[in-house]
Amino acid sequence: MKLSTVIEMKGISKSFPGIKANDNINLSVEKGEIHVLLGENGAGKSTLMNILYGLYQPDEGQIYVKEKAIRISNPNIAITLGIGMVHQHFMLVQPFTVAENIVLGSEPKKGTSLDLDKAVKDVEELSKKYELKVDPNSLISDISVGMQQRVEILKTLYRGADILILDEPTAVLTPQEIEELGIILKSLVNQGKTIILITHKLKEVMAMSDRVTIIRRGKVIDTLHTKDTNIDELAEKMVGRKVNLQVEKSDKQAASPVLEVKGLKALDTRGLEAVKGVDFEVRGGEILGIAGVDGNGQTQLLQALTGLQKPTAGEVLLNGKEITALPPRDVIESGVGHIPEDRHKRGLVLNFSLAENAILGSHRNKNFRGRFGMNYPKIREHARRLIHDFDVRTPNENVEARSLSGGNQQKMIIAREVDRDPGLCIAAQPTRGLDVGAIEFVHKRLVELRDSGKAVLLVSLELDEIMSLSDRIAVMYDGKIVAIVDAKDATEKKLGILMAGGSLQDEK
Amino acid sequence: MEGIWLIISIIVPATIRSATPLIFTALGGNFSERSGVVNIGLEGIMTVGAFGAVYFSYITGSPWMGLLGAMVVGGLFGLLLAFLSINFKANQVIVGTAINILAASLTTFLLVEVWGRPGQTNSVSAFSNWGPFNIFTYLAFILVAVSYYVMFKTPFGLRLRAVGEHPKAADTLGVNVQLTRYICVVLSGVLGGIGGASLSIGSLNLFKEGMVAGRGFIALAALIFGKWNPLGAAGACLFFGFAVALETVSSNLPIPREFIFAMPYILTMFAVSGFIGKSVAPAASGVPYEKGER
Repeated sequence: MKLSTVIEMKGISKSFPGIKANDNINLSVEKGEIHVLLGENGAGKSTLMNILYGLYQPDEGQIYVKEKAIRISNPNIAITLGIGMVHQHFMLVQPFTVAENIVLGSEPKKGTSLDLDKAVKDVEELSKKYELKVDPNSLISDISVGMQQRVEILKTLYRGADILILDEPTAVLTPQEIEELGIILKSLVNQGKTIILITHKLKEVMAMSDRVTIIRRGKVIDTLHTKDTNIDELAEKMVGRKVNLQVEKSDKQAASPVLEVKGLKALDTRGLEAVKGVDFEVRGGEILGIAGVDGNGQTQLLQALTGLQKPTAGEVLLNGKEITALPPRDVIESGVGHIPEDRHKRGLVLNFSLAENAILGSHRNKNFRGRFGMNYPKIREHARRLIHDFDVRTPNENVEARSLSGGNQQKMIIAREVDRDPGLCIAAQPTRGLDVGAIEFVHKRLVELRDSGKAVLLVSLELDEIMSLSDRIAVMYDGKIVAIVDAKDATEKKLGILMAGGSLQDEK
Repeated sequence: MEGIWLIISIIVPATIRSATPLIFTALGGNFSERSGVVNIGLEGIMTVGAFGAVYFSYITGSPWMGLLGAMVVGGLFGLLLAFLSINFKANQVIVGTAINILAASLTTFLLVEVWGRPGQTNSVSAFSNWGPFNIFTYLAFILVAVSYYVMFKTPFGLRLRAVGEHPKAADTLGVNVQLTRYICVVLSGVLGGIGGASLSIGSLNLFKEGMVAGRGFIALAALIFGKWNPLGAAGACLFFGFAVALETVSSNLPIPREFIFAMPYILTMFAVSGFIGKSVAPAASGVPYEKGER
């Protein structure tokens, strides 16, 4: 079979204020291949694909689709060219049904009315043809994330897409769902579709793709055939230096329990029970990882532990002392450091200077107080020390937290929390959205905390992170801890089954 | 026994009459909010609609031209809200409040300019009753059905609800978010204008300062009460209309008159505070849409 080029992007450049997101990028994608765009967060992959989909306009460069030069000024043009995009954050209207979401924008009509019966029938047919099982009449808010992703793929197929762009499709899936997605993509390719996959996960590149284009800081570094390369080479090209993907960690005997949680229950914002009675302990000198798919009660558990919401039942002991339902101030003062899930919402005040951010939570400390107001010279001195010790890349301590990159913002938070010398450190998604270099740094710091005898509670959606850092792993599903396993005995497959609500007995 | 029938025969038509202006305005609010734009300015839009109706009836001598004028004036104020909140992404509550203040002072000013005295206009030709009600009441109930059909049974309705829930999703599917919002907000202005006209050239035949008297806000409460659904909103309007109607017969009831006067407002507070059932607003209501935002 002769290969033909379906997408060719030549010399694409695109600048945003303060950053050149795409710098003279060339990319060509052949018909019937799975082509990965690999790069770190902020490398410019999504920008490039948003240009191809017509959401952004390039400053320079030319796009050829099926060997014809074309200007794609809005998504409608991309759609008529047969390009479909599945966004990283799903573009689904929650209170609509699956069928309504799929036909939105190109609805079947009967007279002036919307023909919903035909919509449902069309979706059923598509679903059968491409073996993407969905129930057209379910509400989006009632179906799983994996199912939502299938709806997104069907949305593009309904519009006749034969080139599918998937932006970080695996970020929200369990290992089993990722495997399923792999099968779906292969079968789509067999039916003549072309797929462009955006990711920063090396394992997926190796498992799913035919070719891979590596992008770093807005520039194309290389395009390789997947079968001719390996994970280490890809990592090096992606980051620009040799990286150590393995976390260095010595064996260590855990001490007595620092945090004990007994029968804890908590509600979500809708008033439904989200944490349904969990028991666990974290000992000094160990990292306990909580694995689980997003939305299984992790957020509410964290909030109940840190005082951000009151639990409805159960108790929380820190070094044997009860801290259940204390306000956040008392939780902090009793020795809990908290690296929050959402660093913009809970970790930093983005419009405050780094110096001010550096003392959030310790602002009542006498050292930072003057006779009447705050002692700013002292605060700035403190911030400068943290910036130096934790290698926060910033011009000075007076810039707004907003102006820093995600990695440096996270370093600032970690500096603040670790510097308080807490007996327990709660790290929620500590590396979300960070690049490989920053991840390495964060991981090293967490392991250091553990080695110095502190207790670390790590909650993460990244299974690799949980597996490489934790001493023990607790799996959370539907508001309960379904199992706690020793990290040495944990495999991705085992954890994946537990995360999806299965049990290990069925496996044997 | 006869006394009760008498009271009912007074209350039922009075309920429907009081609900009529509320229904138009609530339908207007429904379109605007479902598309993601909060229209606090409906009170002011009713005011200019009421004034516009009287003015155009005055200069043409035809209440039909008055109605048309009210629709145009209401639509223009809707356009102003749309322009400021969609193009300039101004805070919708503040723009709406500004429209209310503008409407109140503009009509007071024009009242003196045109009729040469403050307080109220001269009598103009207005709609007379067809059977028990005037034309506005029949029109209101027809528009409830039409609005429901448009909002829930047509492709445009699906798009406008999508735009109010998740504008970016709609945008990525090629739905024009700004245009959809423009249409809905202007429509809400037109409907609010009719609501105002139903007061000035429907129930009465003149414009008085302060004649809208908070009905725009009550219509918004009815919208929340009715869970952003034209049928529910109409039901809530009838309910508020009932509370107003009770006033007219209050001397025959063993309840303090002052309490009955306060009823619509107390009910409104309950409705807005979500006391009666759970009412979930469109997710993107009140949030300007930023195209490039990640």
